[in-house]
Amino acid sequence: MSETLEAPAMRTTDAPPIVEARGVSRRFSKTLDFAAKLARRLGVNVREEVVHAVDGVDLAIRRGEVVGLVGESGCGKSTLGRMIAGILPPSDGVILSHGRDLRSLDGPEARRVKLATQMIFQDPYASLNPRLKVEEIVGEAPLVHGLVRRGDLAGYVDEQLRRAGLDPALKKRYPHQFSGGQRQRIGIARALAVQPDFLVCDEAVAALDVSIQAQILNLFMKLRKELDLTYLFISHDLGVVEHLSDRVVIMYLGRVVEEAPAEEVFRSPNHPYTQALLAEVPRIDTRKRSFAGVQGEIPSPLHPPSGCHFHPRCPHAMERCKLERPALKAIAPGRRSACHLNDMV
Amino acid sequence: MTTPTLEARNLRTHFFTRAGVVKAVDDVSFTVERGKVLGLVGESGSGKTVTGFSILGLVDPPGRIVGGQILFRGTDLATLSEAEMRRLRGNRIAMIFQDPMMTLNPVLRIDTQMIETVLAHAKVSKAEARQRARDALGQVGIPSPEERLQAYPHQFSGGMRQRVAIAIALLHKPDLIVADEPTTALDVTIQGQILAEAQKLCAQYGTALIWITHDLSVVAGLADDIAVMYAGKVVESGPVGEVLDAPLHPYTNGLIGSVPSRNHRGAPLSQIPGMTPSLLNLPPGCAFRARCPRAEARCAEPPPFAEYLPGRHARCIHPHLDQAVPA
Ligand SMILES: Nc1ncnc2c1ncn2[C@@H]1O[C@H](COP(=O)(O)OP(=O)(O)OP(=O)(O)O)[C@@H](O)[C@H]1O
Ligand SMILES: Nc1ncnc2c1ncn2[C@@H]1O[C@H](COP(=O)(O)OP(=O)(O)OP(=O)(O)O)[C@@H](O)[C@H]1O
Ligand code: SF4
Ligand code: SF4
Ligand SMILES: [Mg+2]
Ligand SMILES: [Mg+2]
Repeated sequence: MSETLEAPAMRTTDAPPIVEARGVSRRFSKTLDFAAKLARRLGVNVREEVVHAVDGVDLAIRRGEVVGLVGESGCGKSTLGRMIAGILPPSDGVILSHGRDLRSLDGPEARRVKLATQMIFQDPYASLNPRLKVEEIVGEAPLVHGLVRRGDLAGYVDEQLRRAGLDPALKKRYPHQFSGGQRQRIGIARALAVQPDFLVCDEAVAALDVSIQAQILNLFMKLRKELDLTYLFISHDLGVVEHLSDRVVIMYLGRVVEEAPAEEVFRSPNHPYTQALLAEVPRIDTRKRSFAGVQGEIPSPLHPPSGCHFHPRCPHAMERCKLERPALKAIAPGRRSACHLNDMV
Repeated sequence: MTTPTLEARNLRTHFFTRAGVVKAVDDVSFTVERGKVLGLVGESGSGKTVTGFSILGLVDPPGRIVGGQILFRGTDLATLSEAEMRRLRGNRIAMIFQDPMMTLNPVLRIDTQMIETVLAHAKVSKAEARQRARDALGQVGIPSPEERLQAYPHQFSGGMRQRVAIAIALLHKPDLIVADEPTTALDVTIQGQILAEAQKLCAQYGTALIWITHDLSVVAGLADDIAVMYAGKVVESGPVGEVLDAPLHPYTNGLIGSVPSRNHRGAPLSQIPGMTPSLLNLPPGCAFRARCPRAEARCAEPPPFAEYLPGRHARCIHPHLDQAVPA
């Protein structure tokens, strides 16, 4: 079928990384709530706690790839995504864009690199200025950054809107006059207007109804082909990730536990957490199955379990798992997994 | 033939707003048998929650049930007094909300809330009530329930809170539970635990479940029957396998087709064009007409909700009978 995208793995193997995270961590100090502050004032020993939102992550994304990033709520997907997009500095480690450390850039070059990466969020409404007309939302940045001359702006904005599937006749309207799906299209048109080569999509279709979600996913896939875009696609919906990713990265409590070509990981997950996660994904072709659930709770990121973070919930946990953090190691070409079981063969 | 646990017949609930009449629920019919699960699906705004609220008698002004019947074990709920309805609610019929804090009181300890609920409908000692509360927490898989009873809602994770809300719904082993998207905000690993509890409940106590969701994949694995809503109406209903394998209504067909796993990996998803209409000024005739690939002139008349195959209804004059291979 001519509409199908070419086999992804083939086009990506030799390309240099468009963005790379090396040993990246991000800590947040959890600010005290009112009760805790009061207690501290009264002399009770309350310490500010630190969340390791992202803990020592290496990840390289090559030109033209769609990398899916999955994991449970609070595991650090958005934090990693924001660091990779260059809008949140890491506490440790470096982010390289086209091989260059983001921190070493300044002036016009820093601006160019910054524009080349755009982020698309879950809630399109919150990310659009309600007081601006659609044409201003889309046209502002390219004008400011000199990507288009004022005389050509109207035509340029029309082109961005059309490409995102919006009728340019609507460009005098305000965001609240659009449906959720249309607002997401406005967000996409705005991102594309600065001619990026890399999009970080954070739960970009999560708020949309199934039928609208399909429209937006199709748009992402069409734009990938037309504009040779690279994507980091963050989603908790494994069905969506399976559908459009070339490669999938699975996180658990701030760490990457597995990384593999999409087809392989969905066919034969290696890490016990990935296995548990995939077993629970409801599928439309399964009838009257019996559900089980992964045992135990998702632990608090404030006090992650020692050793392998997954050990309290893992059916294969051994003594070593409580003591030693498993390294993310190659287990096959293009596949990495962080589990001590892989040492035992 | 046994009496179904719940039967909705041509239910209509409208909101009389300043902007006009919102026909949120406008001719909804379905049946749920003892121990069975009905999946009530539809996109945002299609009327799922208002249907659930109507069953529990929780619709507030400017909303009102304006037509149809809700039969609970054969009794028309409209004939009950407010006091009788209150007795039924929380005892024989319970609701689980998407946000567990709709059920839980943030300033009361879990044991206080649960004991209160037990005593509201059962003549037992306080000690016995506490025992029942503890058992219910254990049943929904909350570890060390004795300790947990003394906690406040904010000391639980989202998934745990939802399980407490479910435990409260279970306290009186109701005949019917209406669950409104109870797992939508939860991670899949926790969702699996909750779905497992729901299944156990139906099997052990014969509880009938109405599971409201927009996720067809959850319904596929959990439900016996499915009812699909569009713009306030049930447009298709029937056994879940038959409907998902060979939908009759073009909307159901489009919805199933747009699920990623129903498409080849990486290929464009089949999509329904356009968007859901506003309920305020629905055009006459079939509400799906503007988006329907099979629409014809006759669709400007309201299509009847007809039984095209045994146990399978559709609100369409031109259903996909061609793909419906008998089971
Ligand atoms: N600005 C911040 N201040 C304090 N803590 C934060 C901040 N941002 C994130 N965190 C914490 O870091 C951890 C990771 O959060 P993050 O938003 O990256 O997770 P996520 O995987 O995107 O989750 P979700 O699926 O719910 O969006 C969480 O424990 C979160 O509470
Ligand atoms: N109090 C109200 N006043 C006016 N209209 C209302 C009121 N409550 C609900 N509606 C309308 O009734 C319709 C159905 O709403 P309902 O909440 O049942 O949808 P739903 O199918 O549950 O959607 P979702 O998937 O978003 O929860 C909507 O158009 C909504 O705007
Ligand atoms: S390292 Fe141990 S606890 Fe962690 S996933 Fe592997 S077997 Fe399980
Ligand atoms: S009645 Fe007509 S417009 Fe409505 S779903 Fe059927 S074919 Fe389509
Ligand atoms: Mg996030
Ligand atoms: Mg609802």
